[in-house]
Amino acid sequence: MMKHFRFATAIVAFICLAATSSAGRAESLAVRNCTWCHGGGAQGYLPAPRLAGQRAEYIWHQLLEFGRHTRDNPFSKMYMWPAAANLSPKTAHDLATYFSALPAKAANDGETALIAQGRAIYQQGMPDSNIVACVVCHGPAAEGVREIPRLGGLEYSYLKRRLEQWGQGYNVAAGPPMPHIAGNLSPGDVEAIASYLSFLK
Amino acid sequence: MILVRDWRRRTPKGLGLQTTIVAAVFVIAGHANAMETTALQAKIGYCQDCHGSSAQGYRGYLPIPRLAGQQTGYIENQLRAFIEHRRTNNIMFNVAHTLSPAMISALAAHFRDLNPPPIGGAPRELVAAGEKIFQDGVPDANIAACAACHGPQASGTGQIPRLAGQLYPYVIKELMNWGKERGQNPTVPDTSAIMSPVAHSLSRSQIEAVAAYVSYLK
Repeated sequence: MMKHFRFATAIVAFICLAATSSAGRAESLAVRNCTWCHGGGAQGYLPAPRLAGQRAEYIWHQLLEFGRHTRDNPFSKMYMWPAAANLSPKTAHDLATYFSALPAKAANDGETALIAQGRAIYQQGMPDSNIVACVVCHGPAAEGVREIPRLGGLEYSYLKRRLEQWGQGYNVAAGPPMPHIAGNLSPGDVEAIASYLSFLK
Repeated sequence: MILVRDWRRRTPKGLGLQTTIVAAVFVIAGHANAMETTALQAKIGYCQDCHGSSAQGYRGYLPIPRLAGQQTGYIENQLRAFIEHRRTNNIMFNVAHTLSPAMISALAAHFRDLNPPPIGGAPRELVAAGEKIFQDGVPDANIAACAACHGPQASGTGQIPRLAGQLYPYVIKELMNWGKERGQNPTVPDTSAIMSPVAHSLSRSQIEAVAAYVSYLK
């Protein structure tokens, strides 16, 4: 009897262990599917932006928008539509929470000569040209809030491309105000803002 | 052809020139009007980038107030307050100091005529307590009813703002920081002084209740 009891305990313990480790493996598989492109530490790699330290609500919203095909720029269509197609809302939520908690490193890859100009546009806007100050929504250190993305320390090329795309008619379903704001920036303004942001911690 | 020649012959030279000048003046005035309209539309788009596409307000990193349906006297006075450093706000100083008086009036008139629904989002359970404070005041703390000045519908008048539909976090931020943000230029005293004792006497929870109540008013 005692022997049977011990055996049963061992089986239960084994099942529990197996369940735990399989849950862990499932999570890491989903994460692995992201880090193939976004980099092992989710610090961003080529066209794929840094996810580490990004706002969880933003990641979650974007994953939903890839699934709904409302974020429609070329790389999103090519990579993120298929990637997000079979994500359950629960997995999308878990991934958003996971990546937002990872420590972020600044890309530091913009043009240093443009930092001052970019900072001035970001912090003060250009009232004479009707360009609003980015700081109002994205925060004093470009840290973002809720579903408004953190921009500080993202890659220069990513920031530049996204700012250009708003004005090219992509992602209009996201609604105001970014298509209007970014559509009014000159190429020089875009380069300055992207440079400034790439150096923020 | 004969008629034309007749007309030319009979028209004194001076009159022809006058007609030309009058016509030219009309064309130039029309052009200037079109330019002003374009400048106003561009400025409205600029305001709405932050304040919302119907000026309903927006929760960015900072709460950005609703302008829709606001009293023109209030908007005009606040824009001047930013310029004159009576109200401290670096971002709005940058925005306001480039505006001409005519542009300020035109913008105020534009926002007065908008009436989108409130954006909501405040805790509903605070509304009843907020309504009581707003309509009756807090006699024990010697706080007058908000309705006395802002009106029973919170629609405001003149320089006294409409509060109906105003953003919950914005009203809280303003009332919590009243003495640090408003009436900051001692050489130019303004109507913000009326609110100082009230804002000072309200507790945080009373402020939240009033803010929740007005945020849902249409």
